[in-house]
Amino acid sequence: MQTPAPVDYAKATSVAHAIELLQQLGDESRPIAGGHSLLPMMKLRLAAPEALVDLNDIPELQGVRVEGDHIVVGAMTKHRDILDSAILAEHYPIFREAERVIADPIVRNRGTIGGSACQADPAADLSAVGSALRGTAVIQGPGGTREVPLREFHDGPYMTVLEPAEVLVALKYPIRPGAGSAYEKVERRHGDWGVATAGVFVVVRDGVVADCGIGNAAVGAEHYCSPGAEAALMGQPATEESFAAAAKVAGEECNPSADQRGPVDYKRHLATELTLRALRRAAAASQGA
Amino acid sequence: MQVTVTVNGQEVTRDVEPRTLLVHFIRDDLLMRGTHWGCDTSNCGACTVWVDDEPVKSCTYLAVQADGKSITTVEGLEKNGELDPIQKGFMECHGLQCGYCTPGMMMVGRALLDKNPNPSEDEIREGISGNICRCTGYKNIVAAIQWAAEHPVSTEASEVTA
Repeated sequence: MQTPAPVDYAKATSVAHAIELLQQLGDESRPIAGGHSLLPMMKLRLAAPEALVDLNDIPELQGVRVEGDHIVVGAMTKHRDILDSAILAEHYPIFREAERVIADPIVRNRGTIGGSACQADPAADLSAVGSALRGTAVIQGPGGTREVPLREFHDGPYMTVLEPAEVLVALKYPIRPGAGSAYEKVERRHGDWGVATAGVFVVVRDGVVADCGIGNAAVGAEHYCSPGAEAALMGQPATEESFAAAAKVAGEECNPSADQRGPVDYKRHLATELTLRALRRAAAASQGA
Repeated sequence: MQVTVTVNGQEVTRDVEPRTLLVHFIRDDLLMRGTHWGCDTSNCGACTVWVDDEPVKSCTYLAVQADGKSITTVEGLEKNGELDPIQKGFMECHGLQCGYCTPGMMMVGRALLDKNPNPSEDEIREGISGNICRCTGYKNIVAAIQWAAEHPVSTEASEVTA
């Protein structure tokens, strides 16, 4: 039987209340979102926070909306609601494609986009999506609100730039008219963490790649992205040759580790192949195919 | 810490440690043993219950988080002495062997049909993809949920058709 160590618990009713509680309860207190990473870690005693501040009942952290030229996703929006979001499906099908392969429907009822971002698992699908789209994290803390590009949000595996008593409140993604997007993942079994993944968006204008973003999870890509592959693709004709050249860079630029999911050369091969497949589909979507 | 929840329509209040998992609260505090406790790692789905009508894995949910909410367990499927169609489906189609996964399977099966009364086989398989069965190979579980979809009648409705 796995049971967490004794812990205090408080339910926050607003973001301001959550920040106040985190300050009161001290540096060893932690916010809890869906709890599907934190609770298992607490049960295995890999984590033993002194207190939990529950963010689940804060209405202002929920939901997907359009604000100006951005899509804003509340940090406590559940995987299920991202999967079902008409706004995200319209602008960025990459979310739906990624969500379909995240865990299972019951876990998706609890897990949240903000919890996933803050857990900072190197294989987190939505972190590759956020990096590909060059999104922004909106963070609120005792000193006010600040915004951090998602490509600077993670300091490394399981580490973020969040300071004590700061709370991730939303993730923002710029709307790009004409963009196509796609997500590809190879996993050992349905709903597992990826062996390798690729998520991309591409804007093709007059047959040329006018804008693009390339994200990879589970293969040690720094900040879940491949800027070298993006540079290789920008301004190039939207052809199989260009996509293959960019995908090759993504496979070379990442830094996978050998583990039970596979050896390094296999993961590099997957990073290349999945990036290629995602680029093909995203470019086709951008061109209305 | 005091927790008040409505379980299968009945309000109960208990004093629990914040670290108590919902599955242990249901089984050991409320002594309702229909909900099974399986892998303890949110993989197997045997512990699935509804919180506010939504399936969750109760091994990965603190009892204190359910304060003020409504919980439905497998014991809550039966209405007025009449088994729910999902329960009848598992009987009719031999949807179980050892029975360990069954409460979780029935809770996700019922929730799926409530949202989507006529799911395809693929939708059923996706719907139960968070629940592991090591006996049946899933074939009869899918058949059981299909049976329930084909026999959605409540007691009143069946009297009318009769």
